[in-house]
Order: sequence, then structure tokens, then C-alpha cells
Amino acid sequence: MNTFRQRFMGNPRVIAGLAWLGLVVLVAAAAPLIASHHPFEIVAEPFLIPSLEHPFGTDSLGRSIWAGLVHGARTTLVIAILATLASVAFGTLVGALAGYFGGLVDDGLMRLTEFFQTIPSFIFAIVLVAILTPSATSLIVAIAVVSWPPIARVVRGEVLSVKAREYVQAAVLVGQGDMAILFRQVLPNTLSPLIVTGSLLVATAILIESALSFLGLGAPNLMSWGFMVGAGRSFLRDAWWLVTIPGVAILLTVLSINLVGEGLNDALNPRLSDL
Amino acid sequence: MTGLRLLRYIVRRLLQAVPVILGVTVLCFLLLQLAPGDLAEVLAGESGGASAEYIQDLRARYGLDKPVLVQLAVYVRNVFLFDLGFSFRHSSKVSDLLLERMMPTLLLMGTTLVLSVGLGALSGLFAAIWVRTWRDHVISLGAIIAYATPLFWVGLMLILVFSVWLDWFPTSGMENVVMFYEGWDRALDVAHHLVLPAITLSLFYLALYARLMRATMLEQRGLDYVTTARAKGLTERQITFRHVLRNALLPVVTMAGVQVGALLGGSVVVESVFAWPGLGQLAFEALFSRDFNLLLGIFFISACLVVFVNIVVDVVYVLLDPRIKVDE
Repeated sequence: MNTFRQRFMGNPRVIAGLAWLGLVVLVAAAAPLIASHHPFEIVAEPFLIPSLEHPFGTDSLGRSIWAGLVHGARTTLVIAILATLASVAFGTLVGALAGYFGGLVDDGLMRLTEFFQTIPSFIFAIVLVAILTPSATSLIVAIAVVSWPPIARVVRGEVLSVKAREYVQAAVLVGQGDMAILFRQVLPNTLSPLIVTGSLLVATAILIESALSFLGLGAPNLMSWGFMVGAGRSFLRDAWWLVTIPGVAILLTVLSINLVGEGLNDALNPRLSDL
Repeated sequence: MTGLRLLRYIVRRLLQAVPVILGVTVLCFLLLQLAPGDLAEVLAGESGGASAEYIQDLRARYGLDKPVLVQLAVYVRNVFLFDLGFSFRHSSKVSDLLLERMMPTLLLMGTTLVLSVGLGALSGLFAAIWVRTWRDHVISLGAIIAYATPLFWVGLMLILVFSVWLDWFPTSGMENVVMFYEGWDRALDVAHHLVLPAITLSLFYLALYARLMRATMLEQRGLDYVTTARAKGLTERQITFRHVLRNALLPVVTMAGVQVGALLGGSVVVESVFAWPGLGQLAFEALFSRDFNLLLGIFFISACLVVFVNIVVDVVYVLLDPRIKVDE
């Protein structure tokens, strides 16, 4: 029986994913130091092919694509992570209350969850962003609003199974209050599926954020990868790298998160890793 | 007896769907009230500005001056009478517009569903049969990459390679309108235009179903009934295709049903990339021209579609697996 650490870090896919994610996080954190230009600043002639001086070329207005990538990493990551945290918090609350109290509370909350799953989520996100007017905050809110239902379901299922365990019954006997039992005894034991679902949700959040930005509904003053693809699409015929490069960045980042998330899942549930 | 029971189940599910769809309609109605600007302002803005009186006049004409709850009550009553209102933007009934634009979207979604479930299940099946060989690794790697690729980017890359560089497929639209094709020629032309959008929308779901199929095939293979079948002396091929495959298809069918809402969302992006004249494009236009009757109609029809497909999936489920009972 290997330890969690061995199972997690011994997986080459996890290492590859972590390496790319580490690079992206580093670049995002140090964006102003790495790219000397502001991402919206015109630095050279438009449509320059990638070269030594401009490593990823320039876009239709002569902005540096390298600066866009680096600052875009920041926007995309921050929005995706905050949106995920918000939806995990809300989904956990809903799922925990539904699973722990059962009965009418469960019925009501689960109806609410199903209800949100009935509305086509991406169209709903578009409408939310448009209503709140496009900004980083409304992107976060919209992504969080459409992504909490799966979390609620996972947490509810876990709470239902943990609730019946003996140590919870012992806590009831000792006379602990409902909230104390829920937050101190039950929820900490639902953490591992929550971490897996949550980490995969970051990937989905990045995909939603870049699709919204691609459609022109992104945060207006922030450079993001989806926006770069959207801005370059009219010049696909003549300057293919405008669209290709930011797209590859999104692809690699989402892929890495999925690899790490699945590695976490395998490491936390060793029975399943044989599949 | 079974047929009657199934019918009763379907009716019950349909009745349960009514409050859900009603809820979606009411929620969307109230949400849209929060949006900045209304139809009157957009119309006034487009005609180069207008006096406050004129805007008030426009609002009165379209019934936008009444209290929100009155507007809501009127709208809900009309929906029950299957009247989705009038799109002032397109000067036409919302139901007519929806019908006109629904076909392209259904065509795109239907093709995608067949393509992704079919090929996805097939590649998952083969990956499971070849588990831990290089073929399995190739399929799994392809699936995990496709699963991480943004839809709009796949679309643009396909356009770049197959339309711009190779010139095999058209870049946008659903048909070549200047050619005035009819009959089979027209169908062929639409099919030609459909190839890239359908591949774009399918890729993600294909990967999803392939991964699901592979995982369930491997999981099922370790179950007792497989051991029994093997003990009976069935060949591996018989076990895989007659027993395991049928059981492994169930989760894929369920997932396909769950994904219909997402598919509709994905088609907004794909329709935008390929200028495909469907509901998604219409929703996008409606949102920006504050054509709320139309937007509400689109939400209504998509909620109906999602609920309907979910019921169909549950019925298919019952038919596929005799162990599942429709009565609780």
C-alpha cells in the first residue's frame, strides 16, 4: 500500500500537469516583470510573424502577443479560481444542508439544484454576464452560478453516507449541536471527493471564461486568452498565429488541470486506479 | 400492462416537468427585468436618439410601462395558451422565428449526438478491449486532449486547415444561398456545410463518452455475471459484445441525456464561429437588441427540449434494461 504522496507524485501525467501549471502560475504572478509591455500597448507593426525580437509575434493592432499571453494567464487563472471557490462554497452549503437535514429541506434544495441543471448553463451564463454588464466580477458570478449544482450533488451524497457512521452518532449522543456536527464531524470527511470535483471545476471555469471572452463578453480592460482568440479570428486567413497561440495556452492549461485532478482522484481512491 | 405503466410514467413525468419549465420561465423573466436598458431604449438609440416622451410612448405601446408582476402574469398566461408573444425586433411572431431557427440547431445537435455517442462508445469500447496497449494509450490520450480543447478554438483551427488551406469545406453558413439548390442537391449542400460545425461540437462529447465507456467497460468486466458467463464457456468476444457492452452503454445514454443542455450552450459558440443560422445565434442577437420576448421564447423552448430529452432518455433506459422499474 503506497502512501498518497507516492501514488500522486509517482504518476507521470500528474508531474507533466503540475509542471505546466507551475509555469503558468509563475508567469501569471510575475506578469509585469516578465512582459515589459502593457498587453494593450502598441509595440511594433501589426501582424509580425513570431521572431526573436517578438517571440510570439504581434496582433492586428501591433500589440505584443507575448505580453497578452502573460497578462492573460493572470486574468484567466484569477477569474477561474475565484469562480470555483465561490461555487464550491455555495454548492457545499446546499449539498451539506440537503444531505444532513434530509426531508423537506433535502427535497426543496434538490429541486433547486435540478432546476439550475435544466437551464442550459452556457446560455444562462451569457445572459447573466449581459445583465450584470461585462466585468471580472460578473464573469465570476456567472460562472459560479452555473457551476455549483454538481458540487451540491457530490457533497450531498457524501454527507448522506458519512451521516450514518458511528462517530457521527457518537457526536449526537454527546449532545453536539447540528451545526457543530455538520461542520466538525461530517464535512471534513467529505473533503476528498470535494477536492477532486473542485479541481476539475477550475478547468471547466477556464473553458467557460474563455468562451465568454471569445464572444466579446469578457472583462473589458483585462487581456484574456479567450479575448485574444476572438480578436484574432477575423485575421485567420492571413495571421493564423493570432488564434493558434492563445488557444494552445488554454488547451494546455485545461489539460494540465484535468491530469492533476484525475491524478488526485486516483491517489485518493486507490481502488479505482486500476481501471 | 407494461405499455400502460410506461405510458402512465411518461404522463407523470410530463406533469412534473410543468412546474420546472414554468419556474425557468419566471426566473428568466425576472432576471431580464434587471438587465440595463430595454427595447424602447434600444429602438430610440438606433433611430439616433429620441425625446423622453417618445421613449415613454414606445414603452406604453409595447406594454413595458406596466408593473413587472403584471407583465409577468400576462406573459405566463400567454405561455399557457402557447402564445410566446411578438418579437418587435424582427416584426414577427416569436413562435414563427423559433420554428424557423430551430431546424438548423436541431440538425446540428442531432448530428453531433449521433456522431459523439456512436464514435465515442466505439472508441471507448476498443480502448477497453485493448486496455494497456499502445492502441489504448493513443485513444485515451486523444480523448483527454479533445476533452480539454475549447470548442471555439477547435472550430477556428478546422476552418484554418480544411477551409483556408485545403479548401475542402465552406467556412460559414448553412447553405450556398446564391446557388438556389433544390431537393437532393440542397441536402448535399447543407451536409457539406454541416461537416465542420458538427465535428467541432462533437469532439468534446466524443471524448467524454469514450472515457466513460472505457471506464464502465473495465468496471463491468470485473463483475460476477462476467465470471458466470466465462464459466459457462462463452468466448471473450461473446462476453464483451453480448453482456458487457449492453451494460456499459447505460451510463453513456444517461450522460448523453444530461449533456443536452450543455450541447445547446455549445451550439451557441459553434453557431457563432460558423455563422450557422440557429437558435444560438438568435439568442445572441436577441440579447443584444434587448428583444426579451424572443429571448424568453428561446429559454422556454430550450427548457422544454432539455426536459423532453431527459424523459426520452429515461424511457430508453427502461427499454434497455429490464431490471429498471418505472414505478418507484
